[in-house]
Amino acid sequence: MNFTLKIWRQKNAKAKGKFVTYKINDISSNCSFLEMLDILNEQLVVKGEEPVAFDHDCREGICGTCSLYINGRPHGPDDAVTTCQLHMRKFKDGDTIVVEPWRAKPFPVIRDLICDRQAFDKIIQAGGFISVNTGGIPDANAILIPKEKADYSMDAAACIGCGACVAACKNASAMLFVAAKVSHLALLPQGKAEASERVQAMVSKMDELGFGNCTNTGACEAECPKQISITNIARMNREFLGAKLGAQKKRASGGGGF
Amino acid sequence: MSKLNSKIPSGPLPEKWMHYKDHINLVNPANKRKLDIIVVGTGLAGASAAASLGALGFKVKAFCYQDSSRRAHSIAAQGGINASKNYQNDGDSVYRLFYDTIKGGDYRAREANVYRLAEVSGSIIDQSVALGVPFAREYGGLLDNRSFGGAQVSRTFYARGQTGQQLLLGAYSALSRQIKLGTVEMYTRHEMLDLVLIDGKARGIIARNLVDGKIERYSAHTVVLATGGYGNVFFLSTNAMGSNATAVWKAYKRGAYFGNPCFTQIHPTCIPVHGDYQSKLTLMSESLRNDGRIWVPKNKEDVEALRHGKLKPKDIAEENRDYYLERRYPAFGNLVPRDVASRAAKERCDAGFGVGETGLAVYLDFAAAIKRLGKKAIEERYGNLFQMYNKIVDEDPYETPMMIYPAVHYTMGGLWVDYELQSTVPGLFIAGEANFSDHGANRLGASALMQGLADGYFVLPYTLQNYLADQINVPRFQTDTKEFDEAEKQVRGRIQKLMDVKGSKPVDYFHKQLGRIMWDNVGMGRNKAGLEKAIEQIRKTREEFWKDVKIPGDVDGLNPELEKAGRVADFLELGELMAMDALNREESCGGHFREEYQTPEGEAMRNDADFMYVAAWEYKGDNVAPEVHKESLNYESIEVKQRNYK
Repeated sequence: MNFTLKIWRQKNAKAKGKFVTYKINDISSNCSFLEMLDILNEQLVVKGEEPVAFDHDCREGICGTCSLYINGRPHGPDDAVTTCQLHMRKFKDGDTIVVEPWRAKPFPVIRDLICDRQAFDKIIQAGGFISVNTGGIPDANAILIPKEKADYSMDAAACIGCGACVAACKNASAMLFVAAKVSHLALLPQGKAEASERVQAMVSKMDELGFGNCTNTGACEAECPKQISITNIARMNREFLGAKLGAQKKRASGGGGF
Repeated sequence: MSKLNSKIPSGPLPEKWMHYKDHINLVNPANKRKLDIIVVGTGLAGASAAASLGALGFKVKAFCYQDSSRRAHSIAAQGGINASKNYQNDGDSVYRLFYDTIKGGDYRAREANVYRLAEVSGSIIDQSVALGVPFAREYGGLLDNRSFGGAQVSRTFYARGQTGQQLLLGAYSALSRQIKLGTVEMYTRHEMLDLVLIDGKARGIIARNLVDGKIERYSAHTVVLATGGYGNVFFLSTNAMGSNATAVWKAYKRGAYFGNPCFTQIHPTCIPVHGDYQSKLTLMSESLRNDGRIWVPKNKEDVEALRHGKLKPKDIAEENRDYYLERRYPAFGNLVPRDVASRAAKERCDAGFGVGETGLAVYLDFAAAIKRLGKKAIEERYGNLFQMYNKIVDEDPYETPMMIYPAVHYTMGGLWVDYELQSTVPGLFIAGEANFSDHGANRLGASALMQGLADGYFVLPYTLQNYLADQINVPRFQTDTKEFDEAEKQVRGRIQKLMDVKGSKPVDYFHKQLGRIMWDNVGMGRNKAGLEKAIEQIRKTREEFWKDVKIPGDVDGLNPELEKAGRVADFLELGELMAMDALNREESCGGHFREEYQTPEGEAMRNDADFMYVAAWEYKGDNVAPEVHKESLNYESIEVKQRNYK
């Protein structure tokens, strides 16, 4: 198969970027999208040009490193896959393919198609955990968790933190990412104890980092490679509201009365 | 006198770890703050170690090459994690898990380490649940278990097909909490390029900031490497693209011995190579062999017709199919262990009976199971795997057999460590897949996650404390010393040397060439002539690499080709050591199959009289033969037997 690629090139965070057009020929339809870029890069290196920088690692759809906005969609035209699992047979011979990095203020471009997603780590560091140290833990079966709860929790925990939800959202909102973590932990009895502090800390960090608001377009769910449900956002909003009300109640009763 | 003192505590096997913990030196909380620890790698072992040590109060600096510590390749583990909880009341115990692990490793692992691993396995599950890992549950709310490779009990805990991901996210969340609390400083997109020794002890690292290319110095009282395995020596493997051996290789060159480098696990059920452009291999869970039947055509005409699309697999009549595992191993059939199944597939393909575009694939056929159990039952059992296969290969496994082929998956070898996980460099500790310790010559399924977390959560917090206890008066190290100067100079020199080659071929050209040499000669079947040839060829490829590699761009910015070049340069040296170790070990055991040492039926033949030892290789200088040291293995609690699967 033959393709025309329009790829975003940008030397570093400060440089101005632009699209550069490349022709690539004789690509097998079984080739993955990233392997197609490998071939392009090999050709560029031999020609003495700098290869296209892009993020990737496990190449089996689980590490969340790969990104790429392909023809206007995060992770490209196939559903429920990451870019590393996308194959060239999903395109037509002769297609022009436009490849861009994630576009969102909290994810600045580092180079070409690579952007900086440390904002996600910062949100987790704000409260996306259960506060336990190592050791001194009760037996794992001391906590009974109904199968249904565990399954819902797992559905949310499947998030790979790739950032497609932010890239897909016209507001660059991180609500689906944050909601997935809030739901994963809030659905489990272990995570209940600090659920209200968690949701408040994470949401406030998310706002502080410049992610936009949710206007319920559902684009995040539609483009999520792990099909994380938008109902998690509803659960997070409920948790958040509850936490706010709870905090007010505490204050009304005098709070911290010791 | 050899440096190989394994420091195994005295006393009966079940009491060794308890006894050790009871008698180590501790550091009081006020002093912990004064002690720095560097942890390189943030997979299961590194993240759990950094989080646990931070929680104890030490000052930790953690490094990873990925853009986030959540992305280490531990995340890709599918099946599960073993623990001897005996929740199923089916007769499991610490001893039984210990026994299975030693036997699975073909009697080439150290008893005391493996027993400790089994002993702490239960605590790993407790810890992970407390951190919010959503393990699979039964309807009553208790934890569910599944059975796994060979064990007679159900001791594997799992979170759908994403157990590694969930365990890593658990450790990552604990690490994130310590970062917030200020006990851990996290350095992402940083790659360790050298180890710094002061007065013979590990006291720091040189790292390259992968974003701006800056060479940076970090000091500490002790250094932990948890940087994973070296399967990418083979170019194609189930490892992540960035998985590399550079950190352990630099440590090796600074005096850490390399244990059993030739012990590599080749997993039988991966999606086969489909072309020269292929970058990595994807695993399909071992569980598929429960219902799938493995075969290739009996006749070469059929092989040709299939390859040219003139026939479809289901057109091949039953009598013209060779179910070679059922034929060769009637007792175990399609459920023989990983190493046996892998070798048998290679044998058929080498003989010209392989299928698929490249001839390097065999069929895994579910037609009989679908006929017997119905499509729905198969869908319930393997639906997600069938879908994944369909996405990658674009074929429907309900209609046509899957094609599979073995692939490099895990390395049991790694830096030699003693009971405390300390290498032969004082103050340098090695955890997880990066060390050689617990799996002998073959790792059992669902044991890699167990070992990574055991080392990080429950072993290093004790052994590091014991090491640091007499150093509370050693002040923080400055990085403007001659030792750091020398190491940085070396790092810069090597980067410049790579850039200065200005040859004509990209890094991948050499990596692929090395991979082919390794796969053909140091892969599933090895022999003296092939290994000697491989050593020659690796040396030639290495020479060619240093004459003709082409790295575009510059050193002071993000440069993925430069990163790859440094890693491949190290693989080109490590590959030779693997071949030398394989040549030295004149026996077949576990994943190491020397074709000269097999029974008339083609089974592996161990040589306990001469090779029941760990081969620990000492670096003696570039282009100087390394020296092999031997740690003999003594089995006191287990009767050593020959494995048999007929």
